Amino acid sequence: MSTTVFSRARIIDPSRGIDQVGTVIVEGRKIVAAGKSALNQGAPQDATVIDCAGKAIIPGLIDARVFIGEPGGEHRETIASASLAAAAGGVTSIVMMPDTDPVIDNVALVEFVLRTAKDTAIVNIFPAAAITKGLEGREMTEFGLLREAGAVAFTDGRHTISSALVMRRALTYARDFGGVIAHETQDADLASSGVMNEGLYASWLGLAGIPREAESIPLERDLALARLTGGAYHAAKISTAMAANAVTRAKADGANVTAGVSIHNLSLNENDVGEYRTFFRLTPPLRAEEDRLAMIEAVKDGTIDIIVSSHDPQDVDTKRLPFADAAAGAIGLETLLGAALRLYHNGDVTLLRLIETLSTAPARLLGLPGGTLKPGAIADLALVDLDEPWIVSESGIRSRSKNTCFEGARLQGKVLQTMMAGRTVFSA
Amino acid sequence: MTDASSLPLYPHRHLLGIRDLSPADIELLLDKADRAVAISRQSEKKTTTLRGRTQINLFYEASTRTQSSFELAGKRLGADVMNMSVASSSVKKGETLIDTAMTLNAMRPDILIIRHQSAGAAALLAQKVGCSVINAGDGAHEHPTQALLDALTIRRARGPLSKLIVAICGDILHSRVARSNIMLLNALGAQVRVVAPSTLLPAGIEKMGVVVTRSMAEGLKDADVVMMLRLQRERMEGAFVPSVREYFHYFGLDAEKLKSAKDGALVMHPGPMNRGVEIASEIADGPQSVIQEQVEMGVAVRMAVMEALLDPRRNREVAR
Repeated sequence: MSTTVFSRARIIDPSRGIDQVGTVIVEGRKIVAAGKSALNQGAPQDATVIDCAGKAIIPGLIDARVFIGEPGGEHRETIASASLAAAAGGVTSIVMMPDTDPVIDNVALVEFVLRTAKDTAIVNIFPAAAITKGLEGREMTEFGLLREAGAVAFTDGRHTISSALVMRRALTYARDFGGVIAHETQDADLASSGVMNEGLYASWLGLAGIPREAESIPLERDLALARLTGGAYHAAKISTAMAANAVTRAKADGANVTAGVSIHNLSLNENDVGEYRTFFRLTPPLRAEEDRLAMIEAVKDGTIDIIVSSHDPQDVDTKRLPFADAAAGAIGLETLLGAALRLYHNGDVTLLRLIETLSTAPARLLGLPGGTLKPGAIADLALVDLDEPWIVSESGIRSRSKNTCFEGARLQGKVLQTMMAGRTVFSA
Repeated sequence: MTDASSLPLYPHRHLLGIRDLSPADIELLLDKADRAVAISRQSEKKTTTLRGRTQINLFYEASTRTQSSFELAGKRLGADVMNMSVASSSVKKGETLIDTAMTLNAMRPDILIIRHQSAGAAALLAQKVGCSVINAGDGAHEHPTQALLDALTIRRARGPLSKLIVAICGDILHSRVARSNIMLLNALGAQVRVVAPSTLLPAGIEKMGVVVTRSMAEGLKDADVVMMLRLQRERMEGAFVPSVREYFHYFGLDAEKLKSAKDGALVMHPGPMNRGVEIASEIADGPQSVIQEQVEMGVAVRMAVMEALLDPRRNREVAR
């Protein structure tokens, strides 16, 4: 059994509330020690010892919202290419959205994803299954059988379920099988043909706007249904102060509710759309600066539980179009950590809290392994230089699609090594 | 067309929107257009200014008026003009705007005129081709030559635009003409009002440099110019306004409402008009209407813009 010793690292383990200099020892697939107390612990003669002075060890990131093109859109991204991108970004687990072709709404598709992942992926791929067949918002999928096959959550991906009745039954039925219902809310009627945040900027560009209420009206409905049913509800990608307030209230009422935010809504605002830059066409849209600041506040105060990349690979055929005709979405696996660390470097969020939202919290929320450096835990971790500056460039992107919002951006914090179950899957 | 060197060199390669123009740029184009009016009024209308140059009109939205205006402008300047009819071309077969642009670019035109239903289409095209691009209307974004021809019409009738009160009435929300006009009129110091039901106003309108009102009487009070906008059929009948009847009652320009404006105020419309919806026939055809002048000024402005963009004093070999 091989042993790796990461000595003198800054250990960030939100699962134990630890931020201290110490040593992490990995033996085989497991962490055997991680902390100050392990600093002088002996290691076998053949152990690989890595001096990590000035560097940090964090639990591998768990990205709970990742769109992949396989099956059906392999030219945009495969499970294998997404896993390469993930490993380079310090992400050791991906929760894969069911918006594929065919849709992941039956056991055979879950099995296909897990089999393909086993054969081709270098990080953990956890499929989320559709709430409704074909993502059509009408008939429930087989929650029980899908859970048993390995689906870790239920979500209609990019789609919002318009029927309150369907949502009520999904929340009620999923409760029996311990499944979380993760939902992106955008009222299709109210959003109409909108393509960016409603406001003065959209008006000058002549683009139809999406009001904030398009997000919070179906969200408020869902939160009421979560209270009614006691089902586990996850507001997958909120973007407005209004939505954050609604989640805060539901949590205070004791509802079984959690919330996530895309890194884009924490890092960028509507002005980044510039002159019709289609890579910045996202769902939810980039909002006003006040909303971005409210999202940071919500991460700090615990209203928002997790940060996701919302990685959504799009090719030139769907992005090299006039803004309103282009597909929404941006990739983000490789830049998730670097972009999130801006919040730490700016002094907005503590490192411990930040890593919690990127790793420990999503593991807890979805019942996944990882998200911890506790002795005995699976050795999913990343070695990071928190301060190293780098510039994102298209040529360095491993993802099959290059639609990043961070092209040319200066980020601070670079992944040096990523380990998945004790095996190095990336090293810079 | 005229003695080009007597006017300063126009500093831009494309005309994508009024937003990119300084007041001096606008005045320069209007001065040039004034000279072009004279050419169109001669019996010999053909000049050699753009002889040997190729102009392609790429219209994704049908527009008899604007397309023929650009075509005539090009021909009067001596350019070779080609109309790409989108309805019968490969665009119908699913070719993207960029692929079409690249194909046309390979034919080495000197100037591309584009009208497209999506905001930002002209700017996208301009990034991908080596020639000059004129935006002939992109979604609800801009229609710069319309704003310029409106300004020329006003200036020739009323002199400098500064301090004039201009009321823009109707479907501001979907109107590229309104956006370009708001910017241009503000740039030249006019006072701009907009009059519309709230369902036809864009978000943030009150920060666009205009006075907003829902009453024609209030909006037209002492106005020097009344600009009416077209209301698309599909936006009547319950979607944005309850009915044509109600819309005309409150927002249609008739003799009674026009009384609020200054005596002899100019009545304008970018066309095509819906008579009896946004404007009464008696007004459209009445003595205060300058709608026909607008059409004439349209040709002149487009001649001026093309001449300015293809000024031979600029480096002849544009990057390809």
